[in-house]
Amino acid sequence: MTSAVGGEAEQQEVTWRDGKRYAWLLGLIIPTAPFIAWGLVSATGLGLFWWAGPIIVFLLIPLVDVVIGTDAENPPDDLIEWLEKDRYYRWVTYLYLPIQYVSLAVACWLWTTHPMSIVDKIGLAVTVGIVAGIGINTAHELGHKKDELERWLSKIALAQSAYGHFFIEHNRGHHVRVATPEDPASSRLGETFWGFLPRSVVGSLKSGWGLEKTRMNRLGKSVWSLRNDVVNAWLMTVVLFGALVAVFGVSVLPYLLIQAVFGFALLEAVNYLEHYGLMRQKEPKGRYERPAPRHSWNSNNVCTNVFLYHLQRHSDHHANPTRRYQALRHFEQAPQLPAGYASMIVCAYFPPVWRRVMDKRVLAHYSGDVTLANVNPRNRNKVLARYGAAA
Amino acid sequence: MSRFRCEVCEYVYDEEAGAPREGFPPGTVWADVPDDWACPDCGVREKIDFEEIPA
Repeated sequence: MTSAVGGEAEQQEVTWRDGKRYAWLLGLIIPTAPFIAWGLVSATGLGLFWWAGPIIVFLLIPLVDVVIGTDAENPPDDLIEWLEKDRYYRWVTYLYLPIQYVSLAVACWLWTTHPMSIVDKIGLAVTVGIVAGIGINTAHELGHKKDELERWLSKIALAQSAYGHFFIEHNRGHHVRVATPEDPASSRLGETFWGFLPRSVVGSLKSGWGLEKTRMNRLGKSVWSLRNDVVNAWLMTVVLFGALVAVFGVSVLPYLLIQAVFGFALLEAVNYLEHYGLMRQKEPKGRYERPAPRHSWNSNNVCTNVFLYHLQRHSDHHANPTRRYQALRHFEQAPQLPAGYASMIVCAYFPPVWRRVMDKRVLAHYSGDVTLANVNPRNRNKVLARYGAAA
Repeated sequence: MSRFRCEVCEYVYDEEAGAPREGFPPGTVWADVPDDWACPDCGVREKIDFEEIPA
């Protein structure tokens, strides 16, 4: 069967070309952001450019998204297997890691030797935080794979943001409970980003720890065993930060903390918009229906998609979590965001704007029946009163 | 000994091999795997959705 698929694939290869093939390399611009910042500051003398990371992600990418627009092209079904086997694509993701860590080391050197004001140093920390946060997206792509090397690289990429438990919680917690009230990483209708952030950070931490505790119990090991993937992933952060403090001095520690917090808060902003208000309904037997395209928010904005490895084709990702990014497909029936994830993150930071843009879309998705949505229990009555009339 | 396949991805639980990393030593029968154990590769569905592979 494999040879038949291969033969067909070779014939089709001539007629179908991956238009984004070389565009994926652009994603490697993100981990160089601290260098871009340093270069722009040196060239212009403007300290503002230490903030190059957020300028790129929150201004430049949304602008380019508007200019370039969307792309709903899918690879032909019978080419998906061939496309996934092309090793070029995975090397593009691996390359993020060395650049990420060279950038981090250079940032430590800049913080300790370069004449910079405190505001400049915080700006650079936020830029490094962008690298850390998008690094969680790289870790996400790698952590879903069956290959041991890629799973290991995933944990290394997470060390910078101190989010090692994501490797466990995302795959074994979030994917199982996505778009249900039980999932800390699925946001609810009526829940602001600022309310979601602590709930998701604390809830994911507890859940990831619990998952590994159960596994360690089955193995007859202590929960503090090095085989606990949460423990060994966190240890990588301790070693990394310890080494950087040993080399550059304790004065880098506050900036390491700022970049880590900013990094995982960026990831949580992405979590916030991926499933906002969406809910899997319960089957008669009491189990939740299987995750379907209608349970994730998607976007086909080319620019953000290139920088996030097709993360915005989120419905296909949840249907086929081990599928590689280059093969993820757009689904016509999946709910679409009005803009790319980069623009939507900025909206999420301003709850009144978010509510205005998104609540009506959740409501429309459920044909006006707000009771079908995943409603925040904290202000459920208020949300129902506000939207119930439309039902 | 029987084998069970995740209905979403290609993961197969083989009773003979078990899943030692998951805490199921070789020889662990399917009945001893908890119902809420989710597929270790894709996490989309739990044990009760696995399909037995005909011998």
